[in-house]
Amino acid sequence: MIYMDYNATTPTDPRVLETIKIYFFEKFGNPSSIYKIARENKKEIEKAREKVAKLIDANPEEIYFTSGGTESDNWAIIGTAFALKHKGNHIITSQIEHHAVLNTCKFLNRIGYEITYAPVDRFGIVDVDFVRKSIKKETILITIMHANNEIGTIEPIEEISKIAKENNIYFHSDCVQTVGKVPVSVKNLGIDMLSLSAHKFYGPKGVGALYVKRGIKIETLIHGGEQEKGKRGGTYNVPGIIGLGKACEIAMEEMIEEMEKVKNLRDKLEKGILEKIPEIVINGHPEKRLYNTLNLCVKYIEGESVLLNLDFEKIYASSGSACTSGSLEPSHVLLACGIPHEIAHGSLRFSLGKYNKEEDIDKVLEVLPRIVEKLRKISPFWEKK
Amino acid sequence: MEYTEKLLEYFRNPRNMGRIDDPDGIGKVGNPICGDVMWIYIKVGKNEKGEEIIEDIKFETFGCAAAIATSSVITELVKGKTLKEAEKISNKDVVEFLGGLPPIKKHCSLLAEEGLKSAIEDYKKRKRE
Repeated sequence: MIYMDYNATTPTDPRVLETIKIYFFEKFGNPSSIYKIARENKKEIEKAREKVAKLIDANPEEIYFTSGGTESDNWAIIGTAFALKHKGNHIITSQIEHHAVLNTCKFLNRIGYEITYAPVDRFGIVDVDFVRKSIKKETILITIMHANNEIGTIEPIEEISKIAKENNIYFHSDCVQTVGKVPVSVKNLGIDMLSLSAHKFYGPKGVGALYVKRGIKIETLIHGGEQEKGKRGGTYNVPGIIGLGKACEIAMEEMIEEMEKVKNLRDKLEKGILEKIPEIVINGHPEKRLYNTLNLCVKYIEGESVLLNLDFEKIYASSGSACTSGSLEPSHVLLACGIPHEIAHGSLRFSLGKYNKEEDIDKVLEVLPRIVEKLRKISPFWEKK
Repeated sequence: MEYTEKLLEYFRNPRNMGRIDDPDGIGKVGNPICGDVMWIYIKVGKNEKGEEIIEDIKFETFGCAAAIATSSVITELVKGKTLKEAEKISNKDVVEFLGGLPPIKKHCSLLAEEGLKSAIEDYKKRKRE
């Protein structure tokens, strides 16, 4: 099997798995209880919190554990909207956010909030000037992702957070695609709230965190017990949280080395595809792009048919075309970048990770041109040469 | 619902793909903006009873696996059939042949039916002229 869909999810690092195994049976205690096996787990939870904080250059008391990126996004956005409703009802986001942000904004819109969606350029870079000009006295939140999950474009959030600060507006960033992949410092980036997810960087699924800067007040969404200072109820996901901590620790130590290695593989794949297959459009920014992501459109054919053919060869990639995910519309991200519908339908995303090898790239470069040729032969738009 | 094994087989090894250089009728349906386009080419001949039959049929399709498989299936269902029989073939026959189609892909089978009908229409129109 050749797995090239790391932006969707990653395999759990065996060292993470090894660390958390014990918390299912032997050390199963509820950290909120008072006896020994509970207290010990509480300590481990706090250690994990320190590791998460260290990875993003924050303080441990600013980290709140959640069920993942989607919950963190919902909490940051709805939590701000509810907490600041006396101040205003306007939120600025971008057209290319993940659905966890877009659909949360849509929900708020239905209950009376006003949302402005900033456009992006051909490369997927958010129009910073548009963001600045959209600010009004009712604006309470700007939420812009750090890197886009489909095309990998890295957004100028440093600039945007500055604008937010100047206008006394909260700034949230969905950093699900960057934390654990590239160095992220909430201090340098000027982030007030940050969403992260463990399974995007070799941690377990179902766990993530929201960073909330000291002094930022948001409303609670998950009401329950006194966990997380009463701000996020629910029994601690002990193995998940400890796994997230371990994944952060590994990322901290190995990230830089991995960046280099994965980037080389991605570049080789990109170069090889461009050499071997004519009429390819590379999406996303040429330089300001996640080092593991390659999103491209194969003209004259449709993405899903390429993916299924890759699947027959046990190569697992993804399509922005959303055809497989129950919608017939091409990717909202590519359309926002101004890619025409008929080309956007041919999108493919290869997102690489630390377990990919040189041979994987060679195999894809051997198989993909054949698949494209076969499908183009069937396509009415491909001029037979 | 997922794709059936049969659909995947037809997608993997489509029958009757390509174009006919000197066709008697062409049906061009679909829209690249929606992500599905089918072109169906037919060559019409006569059987021993003197009835018009689809002697040869080929397709070119831009689209997902369902679009490619349904185009292939409809060509196979009507090849050698009389025009009258071919005109009775509907998207339901295609779906039945494939053992089902995910509801969101139903339009692919409709497009296949439309493509065939449009090719036969084109043939009739050319004959009148």
